[in-house]
Order: sequence, then structure tokens, then C-alpha cells
Amino acid sequence: MAKQDNGESSAAAGSAVENHGAPKASSGTAVVASDAFTNPGLPPHQPRVTDVDPAKERQATRRVGGLFLVSILGSIFAIVAYIVFPIVPGDMLSVRLNTLFLGLGITLALIPLGIGAIYWAKNLMSNHEHVEMRHSTRGTEETRAAAARVFTLGNEESGFTRRKLIRNSLIGALAVFPLPAIVMFRDLAPAENPATLFKHTMWDEGTRLTLDPSGAPIRAADVTIGSVFHVIPEGLEEAEHPLDEKAKAAVLLMRLDPEELNEAEDRKDWSYDGIVAYSKICTHVGCPVALYEQHTHHLLCPCHQSEFDVANHCEVIFGPAKRPLPQLPIAVDSEGYLVAQSDFHEPVGPSFWERSA
Amino acid sequence: MRFTNAAASYIDERTSISGAVRELGRKIFPDHWSFMLGEVALYSFVVILISGTFLTFFFDPSMSHVHYEGSYAPLRGIEMSAAMASTLDISFDIRGGLLMRQVHHWAALLFVASIGLHMLRVFFTGAFRKPREINWVIGFVLFILAMAEGFTGYSLPDDLLSGNGLRIIDGMLKGFPIVGTWISYLLFGGEFPGLVVIPRLFVLHIMLLPAILIAALGLHLLLMVINKHTQFAGPGRTNENVVGVPVMPVFAAKAGGFFFVVFGVLVLIASFFQINPIWNYGPYDPSPVSAGTQPDWYIGFADGALRLVPPGWEFVLWGWTFSFNILVPVAILGLFIVIVAIYPFIEAWVTGDKREHHIAERPRNAPTRTAIGAAGVTFYAVLWAAASSDLMATHFRLSIEGVIHTLQALLFLGPLIAFLVTKRVCLALQKKDREIALHGYESGRIVRLPGGEYVEVHQPVSEYERWRLVSYEDYAPLMIRPNDQGRITLGMRMRAALSRWFFEDRISPATKGELEQGGHH
Repeated sequence: MAKQDNGESSAAAGSAVENHGAPKASSGTAVVASDAFTNPGLPPHQPRVTDVDPAKERQATRRVGGLFLVSILGSIFAIVAYIVFPIVPGDMLSVRLNTLFLGLGITLALIPLGIGAIYWAKNLMSNHEHVEMRHSTRGTEETRAAAARVFTLGNEESGFTRRKLIRNSLIGALAVFPLPAIVMFRDLAPAENPATLFKHTMWDEGTRLTLDPSGAPIRAADVTIGSVFHVIPEGLEEAEHPLDEKAKAAVLLMRLDPEELNEAEDRKDWSYDGIVAYSKICTHVGCPVALYEQHTHHLLCPCHQSEFDVANHCEVIFGPAKRPLPQLPIAVDSEGYLVAQSDFHEPVGPSFWERSA
Repeated sequence: MRFTNAAASYIDERTSISGAVRELGRKIFPDHWSFMLGEVALYSFVVILISGTFLTFFFDPSMSHVHYEGSYAPLRGIEMSAAMASTLDISFDIRGGLLMRQVHHWAALLFVASIGLHMLRVFFTGAFRKPREINWVIGFVLFILAMAEGFTGYSLPDDLLSGNGLRIIDGMLKGFPIVGTWISYLLFGGEFPGLVVIPRLFVLHIMLLPAILIAALGLHLLLMVINKHTQFAGPGRTNENVVGVPVMPVFAAKAGGFFFVVFGVLVLIASFFQINPIWNYGPYDPSPVSAGTQPDWYIGFADGALRLVPPGWEFVLWGWTFSFNILVPVAILGLFIVIVAIYPFIEAWVTGDKREHHIAERPRNAPTRTAIGAAGVTFYAVLWAAASSDLMATHFRLSIEGVIHTLQALLFLGPLIAFLVTKRVCLALQKKDREIALHGYESGRIVRLPGGEYVEVHQPVSEYERWRLVSYEDYAPLMIRPNDQGRITLGMRMRAALSRWFFEDRISPATKGELEQGGHH
């Protein structure tokens, strides 16, 4: 076994860990055979080729130096690349070249530097194995007693457990003092009640259905059977928070053969000549239900694969969503454009606690 | 030399640093390739800090609307948030900006991956046992923080994918009973998406989370120094010593060099491989989404859990909406990670072993633990695969329903099969080790005996090699004995049942006596 220059660590090799007189820890259900093998100790040290052959040692030294020199060249190359491969506005190739050559320069600065240091450690630095003894993590009995005495003295000198009024009122004060911080989070959001906000969208009686994103109104006659339109309410761009409104009001407009539509009695007048409008916001966690399969009339949410059947009021036929997509009742105005009859009759988007309340 | 002496003396006279250098400078670190996994995590974190600092100099964490006027022609004139526009500027108008963005993203992916692998190494070698249970929990916290950092960072550019990720978070928050609606409303400062969530996530991403992460990391490393590193069983290595190389100079050179290698490899990857091309996705808009959207890999298991819920798990009771299609997957994930966090305490309770353990076990020598780990990995892997259910369906021309149903079944069957197979494999490997320790290895030399019989000559292994095969902990199942009051409590019965499950199939290490007997026949 290797006895090396670090005198303090190798001296006690093989001796049992010092236990400071602490009670012996239970070994639980561990089993130790009485005739178990004994540790044979470290195998004899094998010298490396660089330890015995001075030529190899010089070669290794040159290699490490060479690697460090390559690293210096890499750093310089990176600086040069930064200057000679500038970004020309609008030229995507220049962005690519700048990224590539700057990156390669930095790589060349870093990897040879790292490999050089590791090569040096593995081939030229002493590779003798050293042995250091562990000590029980538990403090010595003396230290533990001293620590306990600190607490005892602290208690005696302050009267923490004796003066119960102080102790209990202190605990009470400490428990209460963070409460203002919790209250202060209220103004993270405006004063309204979110449950009310979530239940209404921009759609209203007479709001025209317009194309997303152009905002052009849609003539009923232009909606051919089998087509699908991504729809936003008219005037969305003028809204105070267009994205917030869009996140609730986005609609998909589809035209089916009226024969194929199975409409409930009370919702027969919500569609127009096979044209139906449904909320685009998934009733699971709110992704846009953007994929329409024309021949099956199925809508698929690309996030978690809930499937909705447009022919049957967008009922869920597969996936984690529970509720059908809410339907927007539509009609046609005097100029032949599609308009909403009213807002949605139920909240759109993901479920929330107060949704049905 | 005179200058170095003077400088060292100057500093020591003001800091007493010589004491720390004497204590730590020749500290011994054991060597094994698997010990580098934690180092990879540490170094990729440093790379994240360096590249991230560069990015903060140019990133504008604001959701106010601007018209993009930068170099990327296809998006010029399009309305987007200042966050998205400044991310595009970093990518297309700042020299090295795209490189640093890609270094940052790749380093983040490597950070979470290396933490995961490091945890698996610690788990499968039993390096979480006393006295390292607390450090296991700290490491677990680091894993969670790394994922939180990843998710907040992913959200910052305000591109289509990051916005959709936030939309899913919004939907999940709203599914929580009583407080969910309000938590979402407060987080987004109003309705989704609002105008404040990105500056808020930015503060979490660059200040609060890193501060906690660095503190936890410091504690993690400090406890590693105090507990000293584990080492694998081998000749000369005992539970009472550490065999390895001193910090100064060998370990420092190797570890320092390795930092530059990790850094260099990350820059190399970032130079060649595009990651998160937000200009292809466009700015966030609640309406479009592209098919086949994927979260970053480490969020996949959570997304997969949401996808595997069967239809219809949402109910209205007493006028309130209970979204079990969100609560159940969240609860299952929560239970899974809590079991991961407290596993060391469960195993310590089962074995009743209160001794310190500093020898990293070979996974085969703890068959039940290894099997539990394999079951956990399988469970995670199925959830993770589920996050790509749509891609699997399209790539392999399967029906999406078929993929989901298969994964739903695998979520329960997979871990079971993995457990049984792994346990049998471990026991078989242990048997093989015993065989080699007692009868030697197959030399490949076939000898014909005078009677005509052919035998293969077995060569005995060296005593050093044998020690590696026979030095492991062996536990027997717990026998229930009544306590001082003469009673057997429920807790005792549970512990005994678990102990039986853990240790009833066991292969004891070969002993000297067996070797001597084996030599005679």
C-alpha cells in the first residue's frame, strides 16, 4: 500500500474509526458471517510509462504545453472571428457564420485547456493513491455536552422556558408577523372578481365574426361545406387588452352538411345552414383546439389530444377534457355577414372552481 | 516566488486562510467515472450563470407591445412583446448573441439531465444512506429548482411555445379547488395572458430561484466535504477510510480541466445545433398552435401525466367544479416525487441500520432497492413517453387512442415488469459473482482428462479481485419480537412485512470457509 508524503492521512490506515465513546450504532438486520473474507489492502502500485521512461515524460510535457498553446490560439481565433464575421443586418448567413466561427474559437479555447489539465494530472502528477481516515460524523461526547451546555445556559440566562408569558407571546408574534406579506399579494391583480371576468367574452349580440388575424368580416355564402375558419370578434384590435380578449373569444367556424349535424332541439337556431361556431379554447387546460379533420368532423387539441365531435355539439370523444367546447350562437345580418346572437352561454376554456356557481 | 510568499502572507494575516488550506488542500477524493455526473451538473450550472448574465444585458423582460423592426425579415412589422423582440435582437443583431442563447439553453438541458443521472447514481449505489440522507433531500430540492428554472426560462421569450406552456400552467392552476382561480388571476396579474407574467417570471428566473439554488448548492457541497465522498468497495478501501487523490494538485487539475471540457462541449454543441428557434414559432398568440408541440424534455413527464387521464374525470358537486383530470395527475406526480425525496428514510427504517455507510454499493448487491429504482425509472419513462404520444402516433402510423391506451396500461404494468426482471437479474449477477469468487473465472482452456472427459479449467481470481466480489452488506428479513410491553404494534408488522419483501430473496457473500470447501472437490 502506498505510504505517501501526506504524513497525517496515511498514518492510521486500517485502524477502526475513532468512536469518541459514543454508543455503538445498531446494525439493524445486517448479517456479518464469522468467516467473512478480510480486506487484502491496497494492491501494489503500478508505475506508469511516464514514471519510468524520461522520453515519454518529456513527450507528455510537450503535449500538455501544446494543448495549452492551442487553447491560446482558440481564444485569439474567437476574437478575430467576432470581428471578421460580423452580422450583416438581414443576412441570415452572416448570423450563422458568426455563431459558428465564434463558437468554434471558444470551443478551441476551452476543450484543449481542459484536456491539457486532465492529461497533465493523469500522466505527470503523482498518481499514488492516498488514504485518509474518516471520522464519525457525530461530534465527540465532549463537544456534544458543550453544545448542550450552550443551550442550557442560553435558556437559564434568558429564562426562555421559565418565563412562559415571554416565550408564548414571542412564538405568537413570530407566527403572525409574516401575515401582512401574504395580504400584500392581493394587488398582484386588479380588484375585480376573477370568477366573474372568466365567464364573459367580447362576443355580444350582433358582433360580426371576422377572420383571424386580418379582421375581415365573413359572408355566410363564402363558407363552403367542409371548410374551417379561424375567427375573432370584430373590433378585437381596439380592445384594451386584445390578447386577453382573444384568449377567451377565439372561435372556430365550420360548415358541415346540415344532414350530418345532430343538433339539440333548443340549439337548432344557433347554427346557420350547417355553419356552426365553437370556442377554440380547449376545456381541458386551454390550448387552442386547432386541428380539424374534415371527413370525420373531429377537432383535436394538439396539446393533450382531447378530441371533440363537431357533428354532436363538440362532445368529447377522447382525451382528458370533460366538457364539450361551448357553442357560439350565430346568425346572418342584413348584409349577409355572420354575426353572434349573444355571448357564449357558458364560460369558455379550462374549468375553474367557481365555473358553475 | 518572493511575491507569492508575500501575497499569501498578506492574505493569511487578514483571513487565517492557512488553516483552511491545511485542512482542505490535501483532502482525498476517490475516483470513479460515475462521480463525475454531479460535477457535470455543477459545471453546467456555472455555464448557465455565465451565459445567462450575458443574456440579461440585452433581454427586455417586458410584455408591452412593439412592432418588430430588427433584422429578421419574415417577422418585420409584426406586433409582439418587447421580450420577444429583444430575444430576436439577441439572436440576429448581437454578435455571439445566438451562440450565448444556445449555450444557455443547451446548458440548461444538460444541467437537469446530469442532476437526474447523478441522482440515479446516488440511488443505485445506496450513497444516500446515513449520514447522507439530508444531502439527498437537498439534492432533490436542487432537482426541483432546476426544473423550475428551466420552466421559467422557457417562458421568458414570449414566443408561441412559451405562451402555450404558460397557458397550460394557467389551466392547471384553475383546476385547483377553492384557490386555483385566484392563484392564476394573481400570477397573471389579471386575465391570461395579461401584461405582467413575464417580468414576474424574470425576477423568479434570475433572482429568487438562482439565489435559493446557489444557497442549496453551497450546502450540498459543504455537506459533501463534511461527510467525505463515498467510494466503491475494493481492496484497501474500507468504510473507515477514503482512498483516492488529494485535492492539491491532482483532483484540482482533473476537476478544473473537466469544467473546461464541459464548457467547451456545450459551446461546441451550441455552435452547430440550433435549439428553440423562436422565430419559426412567432410571437405568442392565444389562437394558433402547431401540431406536435413539445415541452423541454424535463417537463415531459408532467405533460405526459396530463395526457394519460381517461376521459370524463371532472365533476360538479354542490355547485363547485372538481377537475380530477388535473388533480389526479398532479397528485400522482406529487406522490412520486415525495417517495423519491423520502426514500432514504424508508430504507433506513426497514433495515434498522443506524451505522454510517461510506461504501457505494454495486447495484446488484441491493436487489430490491435496484428493482425499486428500475420500477421508478420505468414509471417516469412511460409518463415521459406519453408527452410525445401524438408524435409516436404520426411517426409510426398508429392511432392516437391506441398509443394512449397502451401507455395507460404500461404505466402500471411497466414498473411491475421492470421490478421483477431487475430483481431476478440482480440475484443472478450476485450468484455469478459468488461463483467466480469461489471457483474462479472461466479461463477458456479446455483440457481432456485421461478418462476422455473434457473440462474447462477455472482460474482462481486474485484476492484483490475477490474482495470486490464478496465485500457487500447482507441483510436478513426482520423477525418480529414483542416489545417491552409484550405487544406487537402495527408499525412493527409493517416494518417486518417490508423487510421480508426487501430481503427474503438474498444471496449472501461468499466466505472463507466456503472457498476452502470449494477447493477440495
